[in-house]
Amino acid sequence: MQVSREEILHIANLAMLNIKEGEIDTYLLNLQDILNFANIVNNAPVEELGITIGANEAKNIFRKDEIKNFSDTELLLLNAPAKEQNMFKIPKVI
Amino acid sequence: MEIVELTVHELKEKIKNKELTISQIVQAYIERIEEKEKDVEAFITIQKEEALQKAKEIDEKTSNGGDIGDLAGIPIGIKDNICTKGIRTTCASKMLENFIAPYNATVMEKINEKEMISLGKLNMDEFAMGSSTEYSYFKKTKNPWDLSKIPGGSSGGSAAAVAANMVPWALGTDTGGSIRQPASLCGVVGLKPTYGLVSRYGVVAFASSLDQVGVLTKDVQDCSELLNIIAGKDEKDTTSVDVGKKDYTTSLKKDVKGLKIGVPKEFFAEGINAEVKEKILATIEEYKKMGAEVEEFSLDVAQYALATYYIVACAEASSNLGRFDGIRYGYRTKNFKDLKELYKNSRSEGFGAEVKRRIILGTYVLSSGYYDAYYKKAQQVRTLVMNEFDKAFEKYDVIITPTSPTTAFKIGEKSNNPLEMYLSDICTVSINIAGLPGISIPVGVDKDNMPIGMQIIANKFQEETILNVAYAMEQKLKFRENYKPNI
Repeated sequence: MQVSREEILHIANLAMLNIKEGEIDTYLLNLQDILNFANIVNNAPVEELGITIGANEAKNIFRKDEIKNFSDTELLLLNAPAKEQNMFKIPKVI
Repeated sequence: MEIVELTVHELKEKIKNKELTISQIVQAYIERIEEKEKDVEAFITIQKEEALQKAKEIDEKTSNGGDIGDLAGIPIGIKDNICTKGIRTTCASKMLENFIAPYNATVMEKINEKEMISLGKLNMDEFAMGSSTEYSYFKKTKNPWDLSKIPGGSSGGSAAAVAANMVPWALGTDTGGSIRQPASLCGVVGLKPTYGLVSRYGVVAFASSLDQVGVLTKDVQDCSELLNIIAGKDEKDTTSVDVGKKDYTTSLKKDVKGLKIGVPKEFFAEGINAEVKEKILATIEEYKKMGAEVEEFSLDVAQYALATYYIVACAEASSNLGRFDGIRYGYRTKNFKDLKELYKNSRSEGFGAEVKRRIILGTYVLSSGYYDAYYKKAQQVRTLVMNEFDKAFEKYDVIITPTSPTTAFKIGEKSNNPLEMYLSDICTVSINIAGLPGISIPVGVDKDNMPIGMQIIANKFQEETILNVAYAMEQKLKFRENYKPNI
């Protein structure tokens, strides 16, 4: 499948990434290369096969939804790029 | 023999016989790291003071008649995508350059419970995406056998540190070959356990259905010992499996008489270096002499599996890495007017080129219009790969292949060609796709004195089998006695 410049910019936007004008061609070339290779999956004899989403047979495990307090708030907030009191600070949304 | 050359089981003997104290061992390693780090560049964080302090405490405890476990004080290196409470965990990314994990990964809890001593956090490809450790934001780790060559990746820091005697053993992670391939290129032992055998809790997620924590060691006995420590069901990882407590060291019996070995001819075809092929086939002949039954068969999944791997892994990565938004932790841009700009600029400035490439590829294959052609197809191929391995294991106890199609390549040789870099994983990814265990052991060197690794694969949770098969050949070849990196 052929990827266009518009498509790659759209995809980057969905992924919350900027691509600089000067980088678009390299990303396009790399993506096209990899997709051309990945196309091989369309030749695999899989018509009758179901899909596999995990490496083992996982099943839902239910437990009581208990609230546990994480005690080390300080250590958590240590990583916050911006904070106020014990809250994460973000730009105004509304 | 120098302290840093000893295996962990040899160190344990010397500690038990009071020939060595923990402080002597840790001091020897710190000196070795200080001497070699400038050449090898395996570490992102070195925990010198903390390690020496802990060693002192353990020695004091012993001299006061206190009881310590047999692994207390044994040093270890940790790949830097495994969360270590209070210690920087960077994933070799600018995004997490200053991230201090607020909790320990379950595997770290297990290591700490044994009172082992972490010497530091080891370099890797950013977010474990790469096969050469060249995609680290911080530094390029060198192969101790030839400093102009890559150590493999993504656990390149772990493999190089073990090979250069800067740590006696190390933890790594393997999503498509990230333990086995660097182990192969650095001439050490690397085990990727069955998916679910080891908890992934606290390991920074790349592709959750493929990631597994494993070990890099000097020999197979150490490999079994470290697996004993980290294996086990964890209620914090719902994909972990309870297989009961096992002692993997008891599986090392050397005897391979009657063992059925399958040799998939497609893994020895075009693209596999002639010297690598020759060495692996010669080693398989040795198994025959030891009484194993060897049969060539067709396992035509390698190309499909590699394509499937890059579709599935990137799709999962694009979702997993969505969490890096510059809000709660990680890099935040200084340049933003609103929330969307904060997200976009933080991610664009914080991630390296390969990570962005994979997020874009992953987003692409999951997007409307391409989902069926790529992602769904890849999931079907995953079923095909699993079925083919199931069929093979009806006939064979183990499957043997090269670990990597080539020995280590030059730094810079493939870093600008992503597809060519991806092809380095051709022999290893199928095993992650199918969730199987695989080990790489060194079996010889090429004409440039670079190590060649052999991969042994078994059915799910058959770690005992591959460890025994690996041990039998290790005892015969005595690789560590015959070959050493010139460092």
